[in-house]
Formats: sequence, C-alpha cells, structure tokens
Amino acid sequence: MAIEVRIPTILRTHTGGNKTVSGAGDTLGALVDDIDGQHPGLKGRLVTDEGKLHRFVNVYVNDEDVRFTGSLDTAVKDGDSVTILPAVAGG
Amino acid sequence: MLRIDRSTFDAIVAHARRDHPDEACGVVAGPEDSDRPERFVPMLNAARSPTFYEFDSGDLLRLYREMDDRDEVPVVVYHSHTATEAYPSRTDISYASEPFAHYVLVSTREHGAQTGLVDDVVEFRSFRIVDGQVTEEDVELVTPESQP
Repeated sequence: MAIEVRIPTILRTHTGGNKTVSGAGDTLGALVDDIDGQHPGLKGRLVTDEGKLHRFVNVYVNDEDVRFTGSLDTAVKDGDSVTILPAVAGG
Repeated sequence: MLRIDRSTFDAIVAHARRDHPDEACGVVAGPEDSDRPERFVPMLNAARSPTFYEFDSGDLLRLYREMDDRDEVPVVVYHSHTATEAYPSRTDISYASEPFAHYVLVSTREHGAQTGLVDDVVEFRSFRIVDGQVTEEDVELVTPESQP
C-alpha cells in the first residue's frame, strides 16, 4: 500500500502527464520529499524556500484541508488519499 | 477564441451584477478536451470583497471531485472586477494556474444597477494566462444548435 497523490493539471509537467502518483511518508512533508525524489521539481511548486506550503496551492489529506490539520506536519498513512489543487483566487 | 452560448454569457453577467460591489466568481465546466463551456457553476466568493475573490477550499475540493467524476475540466474560470477594467490584475496573474482555461473577466464598474439605460454596460473579456503571460482572445457568442 502507498499514499495516492492527485496532481493538478499545472503540475503534471513534473509527472509525465500522470494525474496521480504514489509515495510514502509519515507526514505530509515526508511524503512531499518522497514524491519529489521520483518527480523532481514538484516540491518547489508546493513548498516555499522557508519550508511552508505555498499560498497558491491547497492540499487535502482525504477531505481535510491541511491548513487546519498542521500543514506539512499533518500525519499521513498508507491508504490515505492526498489531493493537490491550485487555489482559485485573484483580485 | 472563446465560444460561449448566450445563456451562459448572460448567467455570468447576471451573477456579476448580483454580487456587485463584491467580486463574483465561478467556472463553466465542460467535457475534457472539448473546449466547450457547458455547465455553469457559480461559486461563493469566500473573501466577500470588492477587491479579491477566492473559492472556499472545501467548495474547491467538491467542485474538482465533481468535475473529475464527470470527466470535465474548468473550461472557463470567471470573476468580476467591480471598480476597474475587465483585465487580469497582477494578483489574478500570480494565481492563474489553469493553463488550458479561458479566464473571463467581467467589469461591473459601469453597470447601472440594471437600469436598462444605454450606458448600463458590463464589460466581458476573455484571456489565456500561461506562465504569467496574458493573451486576450475574441469572444464569440454561439447558439447551442450551432455547436458541432
């Protein structure tokens, strides 16, 4: 078992066009490191230089927005489903 | 070019008028790879602001799940400007992350609260926003029967 991560259109350039990738880790941060190892460049699109999630992306573990569950420290486990979506916002 | 039917065009304009002076936002979903905006989905502006819009994160997840289940994509992503022209702002450009979407901007700055007067105008323009580059495109109104 692994953790499935759904990738939005704009990031599929990093995944060879794949809509989902899978990875492993105990926290969202570790999972992001793991999938970045397989698909270099993904992490830079999700995490800032300061190590925080970009405000342009929303990440959900199962149905929960991780902003409310500890951000990159959110615990994840095999069988979880992670969804990445770009924020739809503007001025 | 954006080809959009009159009823969807009217629905977007009506939504922008209704939410004025706050910005209105939403999508028009359509079948993947079709480039046909078919299903009008007005969204709540979680920011409820005259200068900013944002889909609520829970609404966003439900919307994308629903589109996935129906093999749809956001063909149009629209929002209104309520005091400035219908052209993408720097913030709009920095957030734009659907390279295949038509970004529709509507401006209600000249709308006259649905007076029906000659100067009661809502601007409606469409853009591609890819890698920070904005390209305006023509908007063609079509009748549903004329679609291939």
